[in-house]
Amino acid sequence: MLEHLVNLSIISSSLRIATPILLASLAGTISERSGVINIGIEGVMLLSAFAAAFGSFFLGAWPGVLVGVMVGGALGLVHAFMSITVRSDQVVNATAVNILAIGLPNIIISRVWKGYYSSTPIVPVVRNLRLELLDRLPVVGKVFGDLNPIVYVAFLLVPAMHVLLFKTRVGLRIRAVGELPIAADTLGVNVPKLRYLSVIASGMLAGLGGAYLSICYQSQFSMGMTEGRGFIGLAAMIFGRWTPVGAMAASILFGLADAFQANAQSAGLPIPAEIMLTLPYVLTLLALIKVAGKRVLGPAAAGQPYVKN
Amino acid sequence: MKTQSSFQHRQGIELVVAVLEEPIARSLLALFLALAVVFLVMPVLGANPLGAYSSLFAGAFGSKQAIGETSLAMTPLLISSLGFALAYKCGLFNIGLEGQIQVGAVAAAFVGYSIHGLPSAVHLPLALAASLAAGAIWGLGPAILKARFGIHEVISTIMMNYIAFKLSAYMVSVQGPMKDRLDLMPASPVIESSAKLARIMGGTRLTWGIAIALVAAFLVWFLLSKTRLGYKLRVVGQNHFAAEVGGIRASHYYVIAMMLSAGLGGLAGGVETLGVHYRLLASFSPGYGFDAIAVSLLGGLHPLYIIVSSFIFGALRSGAILMQAKEGMSKDIVQVISTVIIFVMSMADPLGRLIKRRIGLKTNA
Repeated sequence: MLEHLVNLSIISSSLRIATPILLASLAGTISERSGVINIGIEGVMLLSAFAAAFGSFFLGAWPGVLVGVMVGGALGLVHAFMSITVRSDQVVNATAVNILAIGLPNIIISRVWKGYYSSTPIVPVVRNLRLELLDRLPVVGKVFGDLNPIVYVAFLLVPAMHVLLFKTRVGLRIRAVGELPIAADTLGVNVPKLRYLSVIASGMLAGLGGAYLSICYQSQFSMGMTEGRGFIGLAAMIFGRWTPVGAMAASILFGLADAFQANAQSAGLPIPAEIMLTLPYVLTLLALIKVAGKRVLGPAAAGQPYVKN
Repeated sequence: MKTQSSFQHRQGIELVVAVLEEPIARSLLALFLALAVVFLVMPVLGANPLGAYSSLFAGAFGSKQAIGETSLAMTPLLISSLGFALAYKCGLFNIGLEGQIQVGAVAAAFVGYSIHGLPSAVHLPLALAASLAAGAIWGLGPAILKARFGIHEVISTIMMNYIAFKLSAYMVSVQGPMKDRLDLMPASPVIESSAKLARIMGGTRLTWGIAIALVAAFLVWFLLSKTRLGYKLRVVGQNHFAAEVGGIRASHYYVIAMMLSAGLGGLAGGVETLGVHYRLLASFSPGYGFDAIAVSLLGGLHPLYIIVSSFIFGALRSGAILMQAKEGMSKDIVQVISTVIIFVMSMADPLGRLIKRRIGLKTNA
């Protein structure tokens, strides 16, 4: 039983499970760093997961990923417009997207595929990347030899976003806009433009996470398949203190817990499945309490629209 | 000529601003736009919008039974929307109502079937109180996280939703403690008849639950606008820094508002269980807790207007069932309608201000 619980495959399976959470937390990080709260990531992921499955069914797997990312970007644009131009409440707007994501896929599925209601047929998936050289190595091969390309993309995005945010002028400006927009504005930074770009990027990242869920991790879309991963990603963002590297560490932690939970079930631990399934959510709450005890604060201007005088 | 047309143009803009700023006009606009968007989207999906809307209308108002079903669906919507509004007035966004409904149902069903031999006058209030308490306790965690650690209630209440769904599914699963052993369905035993909410309209399934919901609306209105507690809740909601300066401990009121709000969510689940299903089902709510957000905003967050907006959503929920059966248009269009309503209601104020600033600038120049 013990080797079921603790073995090398738990590392690769937790990387797989961590990927959508990581993408959601990167999506949250870029948006909040620029000063816009995005609690609609869950809904964007879900709608993109559907769009990707839809795209994959009609066009093939890779175009499906593209469709998912584009839909995510479009939803990011909507959130940016509502939050930055109209300046309506960012939490309320994002909730509208989350609610749309509960119902809209079912409506389209039942019209497009006769006899289907809450999930699509099986669609083409993005195949795993078999790295020949890695595969031959004993330990590394077992962990990294057979992963989905999107997993690599997600983890490569971590150093990329780290460099962008902390080593470039654009990154400095994005952070300035999220901390003290009036000062950034005085220095000639275009506050709305940077916020728009960040929120659209946030939508595209969440979209990639959604596409990963439906056409990499699974091979179809089903209703509510994100199961709160968008919100868990936001918790990972907080736990990682609004940094890409921190977000990655937190996502892997959540991924490990989930993989452990899944392994425990197949190993036949005498705990009911439903109880084990609450583990990711309980852990998320505990993680938040742990960070909150240390009083870390997010970007100072997150959630506040900027009004130029 | 040119000045006259620009004058008319300006009058048109002022009318738009007036509509956006007037609470009732703004709600009607939101509802109209939501129905119009769905009307325009239906042909794209290959459905007949006229047929769909007429069966929706018939399903909601076409007969005495239909009106009964509409009011029946209105009941949990009204109670949970009051909960949403109450928290929102205190600056809290309770998106956890769906989970609170579920735990309210667990508590009501448990008290309903496990206690025997009580008179209805004791059993029914006890079961209702249990659902209210269960909801409030479910809201206590997120309330403390917010008050003590500053953790945003959206993330914590969503996590509590998932925990509630999984736990109540466990309760009635094969090895679950509340499973009816004689039934193959994932459900608890049926409640005692002394815990059932009686029906009030012959030929329909409508129960006294609707009266409970209406009394709750009056009580929440009274609390918010006529009591010191309600005043303080609203002050915290408007500006919690100012509240602290004025000697109001915001964190206390967060806990009170969240527990009351979540308690109403629990009560909605209790009323639904004791009046409609008579037993615990793993997932019985079609999303009342999420609908509550749109209902609440459509009602301008005013407890008495929410009576009207919950009736409208009750009609959508009950009418959509016939529409799905007759026209093959999924009942999930209710969520699309919710989405548009939430967008329009949240845009109205800032958009009105934005337009005013724009035309203000033009006249100054």
